[in-house]
Amino acid sequence: MSAIVGAESIHEHAESHEHHHVSQNFWQKYIFSEDHKVIAKQYLITGIIWAVIGISMSVIFRIQLGMPDSNLSWLKPVLGQWISDSGKLDPNFYLALVTMHGTIMVFFVLTAGLSGTFSNFLIPLQIGARDMASGFMNMLSYWFFFLASIIMFGSIFLQTGPAAGGWVIYPPLSALPEAHPGSGMGMTLWLTSMAFFIVSQLLGGINYITTVINLRTRGMSFDRLPLTIWAFLITAVLGLISFPVLLSSVLLLIMDRHFGTSFYLSDIYINGEALPNVGGSPILFQHLFWFLGHPEVYIVLLPGLGITSEVIATNARKPIFGYRAMIASMLGIAFLAFIVWAHHMFVTGMNPFLGSVFMFLTLIIAVPSAVKGFNYITTLWRGNIVFTPGMLFSIGLVSLFVSGGLTGIILGNSALDIQLHDTYFVVAHFHLVMGAASAFGLFAGVYHWFPKMFGRMMNPTLGQLHFWLSFIGIYMVFIPMHYVGIAGFPRRYYQFTSYDFTHKFMDMNMFISIAAIFSFLAQFIFLWNFFYSIFKGKKAPKNPWRSNTLEWTTPVNVGHGNWEGEIPAVYRWSYDYSKPGAKEDFIPQNVPYSQTLESNLPHENELIATEKEIEAQNFNDQFKTAH
Amino acid sequence: MASNVTTPGAVEPKFWMGGIEPMKASYGKLMMWFFLISDTFTFSALLVAYGYQRFSFPAYSGEVADFVNSNLYWPIPEKVYAAVPFLHGVYLPLVFVGIMTFILIASSVTMVLAVEAGHRKDRATVEKYMLWTILGGFTFLGCQAWEWAHFIHGTDNGTLMTIMENGKMVEKTIFGANLTVNEYGPAAFADFFFFITGFHGTHVFSGVILNILIFFRVATGLYDKRGSYEMVEKVGLYWHFVDLVWVFVFTFFYLV
Repeated sequence: MSAIVGAESIHEHAESHEHHHVSQNFWQKYIFSEDHKVIAKQYLITGIIWAVIGISMSVIFRIQLGMPDSNLSWLKPVLGQWISDSGKLDPNFYLALVTMHGTIMVFFVLTAGLSGTFSNFLIPLQIGARDMASGFMNMLSYWFFFLASIIMFGSIFLQTGPAAGGWVIYPPLSALPEAHPGSGMGMTLWLTSMAFFIVSQLLGGINYITTVINLRTRGMSFDRLPLTIWAFLITAVLGLISFPVLLSSVLLLIMDRHFGTSFYLSDIYINGEALPNVGGSPILFQHLFWFLGHPEVYIVLLPGLGITSEVIATNARKPIFGYRAMIASMLGIAFLAFIVWAHHMFVTGMNPFLGSVFMFLTLIIAVPSAVKGFNYITTLWRGNIVFTPGMLFSIGLVSLFVSGGLTGIILGNSALDIQLHDTYFVVAHFHLVMGAASAFGLFAGVYHWFPKMFGRMMNPTLGQLHFWLSFIGIYMVFIPMHYVGIAGFPRRYYQFTSYDFTHKFMDMNMFISIAAIFSFLAQFIFLWNFFYSIFKGKKAPKNPWRSNTLEWTTPVNVGHGNWEGEIPAVYRWSYDYSKPGAKEDFIPQNVPYSQTLESNLPHENELIATEKEIEAQNFNDQFKTAH
Repeated sequence: MASNVTTPGAVEPKFWMGGIEPMKASYGKLMMWFFLISDTFTFSALLVAYGYQRFSFPAYSGEVADFVNSNLYWPIPEKVYAAVPFLHGVYLPLVFVGIMTFILIASSVTMVLAVEAGHRKDRATVEKYMLWTILGGFTFLGCQAWEWAHFIHGTDNGTLMTIMENGKMVEKTIFGANLTVNEYGPAAFADFFFFITGFHGTHVFSGVILNILIFFRVATGLYDKRGSYEMVEKVGLYWHFVDLVWVFVFTFFYLV
């Protein structure tokens, strides 16, 4: 009875919906779209463009560091006045490049590009919703990000160069226009851009959280959510709580820069003349900044870990090991993320006792991180592993996460950090654990969900080639970098030619630079594969990876509204792979236990009784009511 | 949202399995709650910054009766905020800000009454109490404008201070306050006062604008047509939040 009533109303709706569809023109469909899938693709493409810019910048300063005597005149067509007549990179622009590389990669690629893409794409599809709770706010979120992008991109072309005080923009360097050419207009645009970026994050994050809480389909309880959704939910909560603190600190910095306040400034002399600012504290900025800055690391990493959980379980053809432990460890990491920020500040003259408290809390993060690491490895253990490109990148992520995480334990010790602070050891550490690991998460996600996004397959051979070259390249860059750091090379230096101790490491620096160029070039395989496959790739089947989650129950080319007709109900968790007794090695979430009697466990047979309850619930269909 | 569309003969759900709004909170209301959580952290950051800066200055250590303004220590708030309009020269510590606080809290009470009337779909009463709330908001903003004007204008005698000017230390009498120097205490005192009360005032102002918008939509009968006054409840949440933030601002700037 209930099913009939439901089918009728859905049918009615499907008709009215189709009508709705036809009336969309190109601008509504692809530019100012409120469809979460289109917005996800907008985020992805914007993120890819930013990644190309950001990584190109790193290649330029790696050439400067590895081959300091080389003639860079060939870059004059691109960099213009920043290359001197003798073919040297301008030292001020070097600092700007480092700053912009950090800003772009952390915020624009790995925050917006990664969680913007996959939270938008996967949340409605995997929880069984027609779209986000508010499509309009979702669209605004992208366009605020776009505005932030335009402003940040524009700042690169300023005569005085973009912001150059490091991505952490510590005052007084960022607060005083006299401090550096980039601290004038460049920093103003940086701050403006980030203010818009924070608005975008807020709009997106609120939407992700409410969608997960309120729009799940029938039967999709929290303990049946795929781990991707858990990761996106926790990421959104982290962003929701930490980005406003950055907003506050940025607003105070703007006051210091333009309105003569003394929040961060005190006792500063410029050309022998004292500034009137008294009583401010630059350390205050660092506290506020790192209250965002540390959770930001997990905002970047957690979506990658969520994607990995899903991809590894699917391609190892095994249930994820420790589903609840995975959730608990993510919650633990998220909680700890907010109480460890001062480990970035061990050398600010902080009370050593306070330092030891933050050290203790920091080291605790190793526990949930290790739980995740072991769970991934245990999931792989004796699995029937299918080495798709997505799977390779997921395994690569686990490798990078472990090897980068180990040096995190070293750096978490204040006694060691005081030695290693601001050296290339730190650079190597965070590039492995949050940079490369999250980028691998992004790649894993793109390779895995490309068929759902574009209805076509990416070339797996090129994907595997891309993986191996990237994987080898990244380790060739960052393992030697640890040694350079231990040897005492400070980060953000223009060149190391004037110190005696650096001479014997010049060849190692050159090796790192060559490896960086190698890894950079390997990414063009991905770019070609990605853009070629959008138009010319092999047509994708409905469920190419034989996966359990709900997005694979949608049509190959998903329309606005995701499911034609009724949204499927959910009866089981998403990890029933290789279940003993089952006909196939996967049982999708929308298959009721009453249809799989041969593989049910005793407690699952009891759940058959709840199927009626699940079906008796409302359809929770956004599109059924006026919107 | 298609809430409560249960099919006939349905089994009463024993536990929540998705698809139903948890705690009967619509997604719009949840969004407001999460925005408020986020905004809490914006204000917390500002207030923590204020506390950090304040305790990096020495506190006044002598007798309260002997207190004089100086930029060498943090002022005692009740010595600073002691003026009331039309009572020039009378020492009335914290009286005016007390009145302001009372007005804002009273406007929260009228907002509660508007929300309650909305539940009963009593349009006339919602209109009445929304208007009172809007009036309370504007009155608070007016009071704040006066408070700022007085703070900027300063006392009759000012304070003789040693300050940095054009790179040299000079001794001069300071009247009132701006963002670089003020007669009450260290520069940070006025900086934080202006920034945090200003930031809060901006929130109150946007709250009043939202209230006017909602009042207009109530008056034109939009929510009667829609059959739900939930929007009144949502702006009510925002209004109470702004009120609650003021309680903290009041405590940290005026009381302690």
